[in-house]
Amino acid sequence: MTSPSENPLLQTERVTIRFGGLTAVSGLDLQIGRNELIGLIGPNGAGKTTVFNLITGVYQPTEGTILFDGQSITGCKAYRITARGIARTFQNIRLFSSLTVFDNVRTAFHLHLQGDVRHALWRGRAFWAEEKAIATQVLELLEIFHLEKFRAAPAKSLSYGDQRRLEIVRALAARPRLLLLDEPAAGMNSSEKTDLMRLIQFIKGKFQISVLLVEHDMQVVMGICERIAVLDYGVKIAEGRPDEVRRNPKVIEAYLGEERTHDA
Amino acid sequence: MTFKHAKLLLLAALLLSLLISLFAGRINSYVLFVLYAIGINIILAVSLNLINGYTGQFSLGHAGFMAVGGYTAAVITNQFGDLNAFAAGALFFGALLAGGLLAAVTGLLVGLPTLRLRGDYLAIVTLGFGEIIRVIFQNMNAVGAARGLSVMHGSTNFFWTFGTAAVTIYVVTALVHSTYGRGFIAVRDDEVAAEAMGINTTKYKVTAFVVGAFFAGMAGGLYAHSIQFLTPSGFNFMQSIAIVVMVILGGMGNTPGVIIAAILLTLLPEGLRWLAGIPSLPGIAKAYPFAWVGNTRMIIYSLLLIGLMLTRPQGLFTWKRRPILPA
Repeated sequence: MTSPSENPLLQTERVTIRFGGLTAVSGLDLQIGRNELIGLIGPNGAGKTTVFNLITGVYQPTEGTILFDGQSITGCKAYRITARGIARTFQNIRLFSSLTVFDNVRTAFHLHLQGDVRHALWRGRAFWAEEKAIATQVLELLEIFHLEKFRAAPAKSLSYGDQRRLEIVRALAARPRLLLLDEPAAGMNSSEKTDLMRLIQFIKGKFQISVLLVEHDMQVVMGICERIAVLDYGVKIAEGRPDEVRRNPKVIEAYLGEERTHDA
Repeated sequence: MTFKHAKLLLLAALLLSLLISLFAGRINSYVLFVLYAIGINIILAVSLNLINGYTGQFSLGHAGFMAVGGYTAAVITNQFGDLNAFAAGALFFGALLAGGLLAAVTGLLVGLPTLRLRGDYLAIVTLGFGEIIRVIFQNMNAVGAARGLSVMHGSTNFFWTFGTAAVTIYVVTALVHSTYGRGFIAVRDDEVAAEAMGINTTKYKVTAFVVGAFFAGMAGGLYAHSIQFLTPSGFNFMQSIAIVVMVILGGMGNTPGVIIAAILLTLLPEGLRWLAGIPSLPGIAKAYPFAWVGNTRMIIYSLLLIGLMLTRPQGLFTWKRRPILPA
């Protein structure tokens, strides 16, 4: 079993969440190292997205603590967690549909504004300089994902795959240190998936960030993740290098069912 | 629209309204009254558009904020007798600001508890709030209760009305055309995603309510000093609905459209009134074909609104908003 660095970027300690009688995630211990690309996989309903919602503050854990860069973010509001340096994408795309591609990304620059509402109202030299600097950075980000040609188009007019890429751009614009991608390749064909995975590896290196990737399709994550954690019914059943995880009988059982049924 | 010369435009609008107000003596007083109503409705509709249109928080309590501002300003100016033109102007401006500020405080008080509510629930709570405000004034003897309150100073003029309207338009437009203010639209489009992008959605919603209420309060003060008589029933639920209709008709989150809708919806009932009133003009035959308009004026108005909503549910005016790109 590979262990992350001594000083993990994100660490969850016995994180549990219950919705009424249902325990969606149970006693999860997960560590994400710095500049690490880790995959979180599991069958449908295993609790992968719930883990995302716990880390990003959409849900508050019933038990356990979440540490980011050594400090507890348990109980913090979602927008504060983003300000600390965790950005995410959504499984069911959540773009700002009435805004253009350009404005979607620009909205995420909100966090790094020097000026406040007075700048926006006075519209002086400082305001325009800042808006211009932001615009340049937005275009740079869009270019990485080949979306700059759509910059003036409404976000909802993009194709499904482009909308997913735009979500990643928007998350990157928040300048995170940890990027959470929730099934970024859903609905893409296999060549698009391969391209996207290469791109994820590229941005990880370029921006020096850690990436936690949720994926339903095991083949996709096997290729790029350094480490994989497997979730089933809210419990982590395996963790390790992709080849280790692939051979793990518990994982095979979770995905394919018990071996006995195949023997018959 | 890059909105780059906005400050110049605002200055020009202020100067123009000042210039027109100097020649207001030559304008028919009925026409002036309708013009003031147009200006006041523009302020109300554009400020409500920040709450309902851009931020997506469906509020039905705008008349409540208007009442707070109107009564506050009227009570202040009523303390003073005859003043010279300059002092009267300064007093009026101060009273308008005070009315706006008190309305903004009310907006804060309404905004805070209602933030957990969305859609229909928020609409019902704001509607209830508007009615509470009205009932409070209806039972407040110091402001005449149900008998109404006479406003001694007819201070509203072209400059104050359209100057305030210009400032309202400037503030709302400047807010939403900035990286800071695009947060309002983000909150409307997807609250969860907005939070995930680091936007404090609570702060944005309260800001929208406070700014919207402030200008509604100013509009209330202008209304009070134009009509010079306030009754609580003037700020009832129907008044809130009338402002909401302007926003919906103009297109939610479309300031130019909302301005045009405010103008049209102020003129429409007045135009119908004029149509009905033609027989009383000298020289018109008794067999006037539009006499029926008199009794059915408001029915025609309602039918027109229904027709518009059926044919243009997205608002009368929609045009593409071009993004601001780096030069």
